[in-house]
Amino acid sequence: MSLRNVGIVYRKELTDSLRDRRTLISMILVPLLLFPVLMVGLSYIAGEVIGEARRQPSRVMVLGGEDSPGVLAALRQAPKLSVLPGRPDYVDQISEKRIRAAVEIPPGFEAALEQGNQTAVKIYMYEGDLKSQVGIERLQKFFRDLSDRTVREHFAARHLPEGLLKPINIAQENVASPEKVWGALFGGMISYMVILLSMTGAMYPAMDLAAGEKERGTIETILCSPVSRTHLVLGKFLMVMTASLATVALSAISLGGSFYGLGRLAVMQADKGPSLQMAISLKSIAAVLTLVLPLAVFFSSALLAISLFAKSYREAQSYLTPLTFVVIIPAVVAMLPGTELNAKLALVPILNTALVSKEIMTGTYHWKYIAMIFASSCVYAAAALFIAVKLFQREEVLFRA
Amino acid sequence: MIEAQSLTKVFQDKKRGEIRAVDGVSFRCQPGQIYGLLGANGAGKTTALRILATILEPTNGTAKVAGYDIVTEPEKVRANVGFLSTATALYGRLSAQEFVEYFGRLHGLEEAELHRRIDQIFERLDMNEFRDRRCDKLSTGMKQKVSIARTLVHDPQVMIFDEPTVGLDVMTARTIVQFIRECREHGKTVIFSTHVMSEAEKLCDTIGIIHGGRILAEGTLAELRQRYRQEDLEEIFVHVVGDAQ
Repeated sequence: MSLRNVGIVYRKELTDSLRDRRTLISMILVPLLLFPVLMVGLSYIAGEVIGEARRQPSRVMVLGGEDSPGVLAALRQAPKLSVLPGRPDYVDQISEKRIRAAVEIPPGFEAALEQGNQTAVKIYMYEGDLKSQVGIERLQKFFRDLSDRTVREHFAARHLPEGLLKPINIAQENVASPEKVWGALFGGMISYMVILLSMTGAMYPAMDLAAGEKERGTIETILCSPVSRTHLVLGKFLMVMTASLATVALSAISLGGSFYGLGRLAVMQADKGPSLQMAISLKSIAAVLTLVLPLAVFFSSALLAISLFAKSYREAQSYLTPLTFVVIIPAVVAMLPGTELNAKLALVPILNTALVSKEIMTGTYHWKYIAMIFASSCVYAAAALFIAVKLFQREEVLFRA
Repeated sequence: MIEAQSLTKVFQDKKRGEIRAVDGVSFRCQPGQIYGLLGANGAGKTTALRILATILEPTNGTAKVAGYDIVTEPEKVRANVGFLSTATALYGRLSAQEFVEYFGRLHGLEEAELHRRIDQIFERLDMNEFRDRRCDKLSTGMKQKVSIARTLVHDPQVMIFDEPTVGLDVMTARTIVQFIRECREHGKTVIFSTHVMSEAEKLCDTIGIIHGGRILAEGTLAELRQRYRQEDLEEIFVHVVGDAQ
């Protein structure tokens, strides 16, 4: 079988696709912009909003406490708290965000503290509101400090050692490598994105190269050339796979860039503490991309075959768009904590790659499963490619009216 | 040379059941001659020509085109055939030259030979002005020229035209008609389908009247006139088809 014609078809489809705006957007623009915009943009905005909330003093109202002047005075002195006198409409004030929280100090509060009796304060807040959250954190800190101080004073008065306050100090130290920590946090998400993008990257070229060709009437033109239909479909398939892999590769670059950007941003915002630097080995990246390869073949062939069945671009779109969910569901299942790889799941297409990629990202290599998944994915990919080639031979599919 | 022997094509339709689009069609077309398939819409012209161009496979029967069997050697048939119809569209995102080059390469032409052929054809069809323009930016007439260049790039022995002038303006249609004549003058075997009587009268050496997938009458224009005692081809056509119905 001469492969010269496969190469000619591939080169033509590549030239053609690189001039198609929709393919360019899905293959280059989306993967390059998606991660930076999502990650750097969102974290920048979130950082700004949180920073703003932390810089401003919180307006809080004190309800009661007339017989606890010391506590009231200390509250007024507390940093970043703007204390307002109590009013009966405090609930409305919180709901309308004129104040961020209110604290109710019961009668005899200060006296109870002095006598060593247990007492309570109640904080009213607006659940889900960031500035209200910051407000109650400040109030909680104030009362925690007051509580600790009171206990220390009582201990001192009774000449008891302070160590009794907290007889056991619990220390913890992380022994997992940064790669494992990073992989556990982001591995699932990255596998999910890589798998999803290997499909979406193939989607538009698949529609354009099969259904689009039928719609534009060029299918008859190409079928009357001497190229065999097998060579024709292989050339088209290679182009769709190129788009799929290009999308994945560009996503990987863009993802790396985004994490680097995030790291820089965290360094610049020094008050946010040390950032979690990207820790991922080249070995993990290579392993995941190798596993995604048969999946890209599978997606490219399957999408091409389905698209060929459609009469028009629009019909192909209506078949292929819902398929995104078929990919999203197993990928999301793989992301759920507790879903672990086993021999049965290793045979479920898409889900198997998602699960094993997640593990590889944490630096765990189950070679038995990796081999099983690679082999089963290759079988599925070969079957999908075989179906696509066979469909290209069928007149009722090519000339479906 | 084209020799069709009992070509039959049956389609299965969910609603209408079995459809015999082409039913036992046999004819012969010699080099340097134009064979015209004259028939109304749905008569089976397009299916018959698609079978000859090996785009469709016959259910029964076969044909030899340029000495090759359409069933057993379809790729060799296509290598020796130029197929043109109004349904054979262009790749809009390729330039006129890229489009013709693509087909030339698929026909196995070497680069030097390919460019020599393209220069020659573009010169002859007066296409140099728009050779680098994208096909979707071309006028209908220009597009037809690009299609003609595609059919000629591999210098085929046999030309198949399926209603090549449908929907074209007078000037573009004349270009096509002139091109078909030139093919005959260059000794090519030409078959073309039409439902336009005047085109058949002007061009064809032999006319086959096709209806319901069968060739009901065949002969030169003079033979048909003599057989049906009518001068006007339209009258002959109505007579033949009317008898069949």
